Amino acid sequence: MKKEYAEFLRLQTLPFVWCAGCMNGVVLSSFIRAVKRTKIDKEKTVVVSGIGCSGRITQYLDFDTVHTTHGRALAFATGIKLANPSLNVVVFMGDGDALAIGGNHFIHSCRRNIDLTAIVINNSLYGMTGGQMAPTTPEGRKTKTSPYGNVERPFDISKLAISAGATYVARFTAYHVRWVEKAIAEAMLHKGFSVVEVITGCPTHQKVKPREILRYLRENYRRRKESSLEEIQPEDIGVFKKEIKPEFCDRLLKLSITHY
Amino acid sequence: MELLQGNEAVVRGAINAGCNFFAGYPITPSSEIAHGMAELLPKFGGVFVQMEDEIASISAVIGASMAGAIAMTATSGPGFSLMQENIGYAVITESPLVIFNVMRAGPSTGIPTAPSQGDVMQARYGSHGDYPIIVLAPASVGDMYYLTVEAFKLAFKYSSPVVVLSDEIVGHMRESTTLPPLGDRVEYEKNQKNLIRGEKKHRTGLVHLDDGLPTTDLTEYEKLMKRLFSKFEDFEPKLRFEGEESVDVLLISYGSSYRLAKSAVKLLESNGISTGVLKLESLFPFPEKEVREITRDVQLVVVPEMNKGQIVREVERVCCCKVKSISYFGSLILPEQLARIVEEVL
Repeated sequence: MKKEYAEFLRLQTLPFVWCAGCMNGVVLSSFIRAVKRTKIDKEKTVVVSGIGCSGRITQYLDFDTVHTTHGRALAFATGIKLANPSLNVVVFMGDGDALAIGGNHFIHSCRRNIDLTAIVINNSLYGMTGGQMAPTTPEGRKTKTSPYGNVERPFDISKLAISAGATYVARFTAYHVRWVEKAIAEAMLHKGFSVVEVITGCPTHQKVKPREILRYLRENYRRRKESSLEEIQPEDIGVFKKEIKPEFCDRLLKLSITHY
Repeated sequence: MELLQGNEAVVRGAINAGCNFFAGYPITPSSEIAHGMAELLPKFGGVFVQMEDEIASISAVIGASMAGAIAMTATSGPGFSLMQENIGYAVITESPLVIFNVMRAGPSTGIPTAPSQGDVMQARYGSHGDYPIIVLAPASVGDMYYLTVEAFKLAFKYSSPVVVLSDEIVGHMRESTTLPPLGDRVEYEKNQKNLIRGEKKHRTGLVHLDDGLPTTDLTEYEKLMKRLFSKFEDFEPKLRFEGEESVDVLLISYGSSYRLAKSAVKLLESNGISTGVLKLESLFPFPEKEVREITRDVQLVVVPEMNKGQIVREVERVCCCKVKSISYFGSLILPEQLARIVEEVL
């Protein structure tokens, strides 16, 4: 392992629980590079995660870490940030974690514009429980719980985040590692609720070789410069939203100062 | 002397205990607690946040507690049900915080403005898995204040969540009280296992080692469970006996039902039946030793409850004498009714 990663990991917890070819490691290493790039204070950074394959990220990271319950990572993070706004709070979630069981907390975090960084790893299925369909599974896709093809319409995570009021929204894929790193760095420095969606895949449950998934990501996802909400297509990547709006902790804290 | 509502007394107790974080979701009959906290917390340098539901509320409270806040939430039955998963999380991560449940008639939506004591066993066993928890039960506006303060003290003594089970009667009733004024800070020692302070520790709902890192080692699991269950070994149950040294009949009661029991005792005494009342201010860990001791020479134990009979099962488990459950729903019965039933059974 490269030394640049080792100092950010709890080496005694390795090897990872993830399957060979899993792209969670790509997101993890991009995060570490983003932390180095931003030079944010490790001692003042808390990493929070939910449940699922992505949820295990916190046990490997040598930070103050909180592995919460399924879907609730953002609600826990809201409490952490409000109680101590000087902390940088980064939240890792999977697509099922963030959009199905945690969908309510996701839209309300966007709406509040609370200064959290949400990294949503989107592999379009439930990996840890055996490859069931998720709210991000494309229509027609066969999974363990859609054996005849998915008849539900998927969420577009980034478009949902923009609509609900997130002030930094970016989507990249596990193939575009440098862009993922840059987006996470920008998101951590952004004051407000930021969402970085990282499209991955699941070699184990999709039964596709990792390199085939990466090839698909490279060939099908296209970076868009400026685009309106309506124009964003599922296979567009880029920084879709970046604006400064009043932040939630600031506004709440102002109440205390005014009325203290 | 002042006229104060039960839920208002909770707010004062919380502020005086140093509570500086409240996350909640509106629900009758607990909403006055949120109203008071929303108004007062900014004035005391704290944070009030209305979350999107009760699951988010308890989650935010746990997160805030980890980040160093003195945190609480308040709810009623349906919201308490939603919180159950994360109450277990608070137990296993040893998060000090207070959960206030102003009980209302259930199951389900039930009758939002009718009282109940139906959540007693849910407070004890509601989250999945096996775990111990402290549950307190106020019976008056004064109790609402003092047991709220006590709940915070216990939460930080044991680094654990504490549940306070009130009900619609105690929550909405107004009584003349002489409570300490708002801002009369109560100081107490604070132990906390999982505080975020730059030590790069892990916290998880998975079974974990002392350093917080997860394990599937069954020996370690047993060690953790034994430690969690032994945490309350030195817990001193809060109970109050009222009556002569030796009584024939003992009413064991808590919450609003205690008020009924107290009135019934007077009637029974005036009818020549020697009666006492044991008020439980803490329901769990159940005061087995104390209840066994106090009922040793009693002929009859009567447990009036606003449910089908929940704490009575604990009483039956530890008493050798005859135990009678008296059950009612949605309101208290009259003391005369209770006294008559006792006389019939005797």
